[in-house]
Amino acid sequence: MKTEQTDVLLQDSAKAEAREIVVEIANLTKSFGSLEVLKDFSLNLYKGENLVVLGKSGSGKSVFIKCIVGLLRADAGTIKVFDRDVTALSDIEMDEVRQDIGFLFQSGALYDSMTVKENLEFPLRRIKGHLKRKEIDAKIEEVLDNVGLLSALNKMPAQLSGGMRKRISLARTIVVDPKIILYDEPTTGLDPVTSDEISLLINDVQKKYKASSIIITHDIECARMTANRLIMLQDGKSYKEGTLAQFEKSTDSTIKLFFK
Amino acid sequence: MKIKIPVSKAKEIARLQALKLSETTLSKAVIANNFLTDFADGVLFVTKFVRETFSRKFEVREFFHQCFAIGYKSLSLISVTGFIMGFVLTIQSRPALVSFGAETMLPGMVAISLIREMGPVITALICAGKVASGMGAELGSMKVTEQIEAMEVSSTHPMRFLVVTRVWAATIMIPLLVLYADGLGIIGSWFGANIKGDVSLVLFFSQAFKGVGFGDLLPAVIKTFFFGAVIGLVGCYKGYNAGRGTESVGRAANSAVVLASLLILIVDMIAVQITDMLAL
Repeated sequence: MKTEQTDVLLQDSAKAEAREIVVEIANLTKSFGSLEVLKDFSLNLYKGENLVVLGKSGSGKSVFIKCIVGLLRADAGTIKVFDRDVTALSDIEMDEVRQDIGFLFQSGALYDSMTVKENLEFPLRRIKGHLKRKEIDAKIEEVLDNVGLLSALNKMPAQLSGGMRKRISLARTIVVDPKIILYDEPTTGLDPVTSDEISLLINDVQKKYKASSIIITHDIECARMTANRLIMLQDGKSYKEGTLAQFEKSTDSTIKLFFK
Repeated sequence: MKIKIPVSKAKEIARLQALKLSETTLSKAVIANNFLTDFADGVLFVTKFVRETFSRKFEVREFFHQCFAIGYKSLSLISVTGFIMGFVLTIQSRPALVSFGAETMLPGMVAISLIREMGPVITALICAGKVASGMGAELGSMKVTEQIEAMEVSSTHPMRFLVVTRVWAATIMIPLLVLYADGLGIIGSWFGANIKGDVSLVLFFSQAFKGVGFGDLLPAVIKTFFFGAVIGLVGCYKGYNAGRGTESVGRAANSAVVLASLLILIVDMIAVQITDMLAL
């Protein structure tokens, strides 16, 4: 089943070149003190694709997606989201851009003091403030149903398992219908079965919401299941770019370390 | 008797002394630098708070939620503290007043002590322990678990949603809690007075407030707004600037209590000086 799914994704990938670019990163540089994490890093994300970014821990994967949403300021380079350079935007303009971006945090980042319903309601009220009570409730139920956790509506995050928290986080990410979704290590800390479930959910979200996604991971199984295209990040630079098949056939020793 | 040291050994001792001196100077410079950096961070934080308060939409719902969390949830603690304050003050002061034959002045003396100094300072210190540490721990853990970043991604400014609401809620609720503690303190005092005497509550209250003037109440109430602001600002600052590890959450809560308590006493000292200068 996974092979069939991968084949379909690869066919999609072939069409990627002709597609619209939604995120364009050029020569991105970011340092923390004397440590240069990203050096002239460049990347394009095409409309509707799942782009997996692989790399060792500390290679700067999370840093660049945090630069995309403005959580970190780039030292140099440009990051264009729908042709708007986020490195030059004011706070108010950045808020407008963020309305089109969903971010799944590594830890889930559910608000501890709120129930699952309130967690989902929070971004919905802020980004889609015009919605009425009934519409909000319907939307929350729809996304919870999509992640298979409708029964958790009134639970507190502390009552949920790791996998459930990740699913609820995903539901909170998609509840505002983002056009771009950034996944920061979506399967880290989960057992293989739950990891596969999350990977399948990522594919479902791609199909259902037509979202373009960047998936940061070092979980090869997740990459195999979700990637239309892959980029290997090493020493703050884009080391290799290609399809899953190209990566799996590669004789490069660095890539082979991941795909052995 | 003179001790002769070879020139090479003397040079070595001098070199080591110079190194020791430079290390000490360096460590002192680092301490001074850290203090100045912290101070500058604090000033920037307060500037940001003021800018966010007046520049954008106020989070009314969250503000009332925080008022409830700070005010209502502190009531039981403040009730006990206020009552004991008045009770103990009465028991301790009574013998001295009796020896002067001035027992009738007891309600007025207790009321003035509570309203001018003990009520505001002790209530604020208790709230520094409960509220400032709570804010430090809550915001610190939110930072560690990326909840603050998640808020920012949801087009919500954490400074406006988390900090502005908490600081204003503390600024409004602490004076109310202090007035409540003062009232309960006088009731506690009445209980204390009735252990060895017999005085009605109405008479005790009328005697207590006979000596209390506008000049006693106003400066005391004004300074409690500053106490509230200090509690809110310090608690939020420490939590908001907590490090990345779980250890930093505990450190944020702890340092919030210490710094808030210290600043409350400093603000009190300044307030007393100003009140004295204005002859209130």
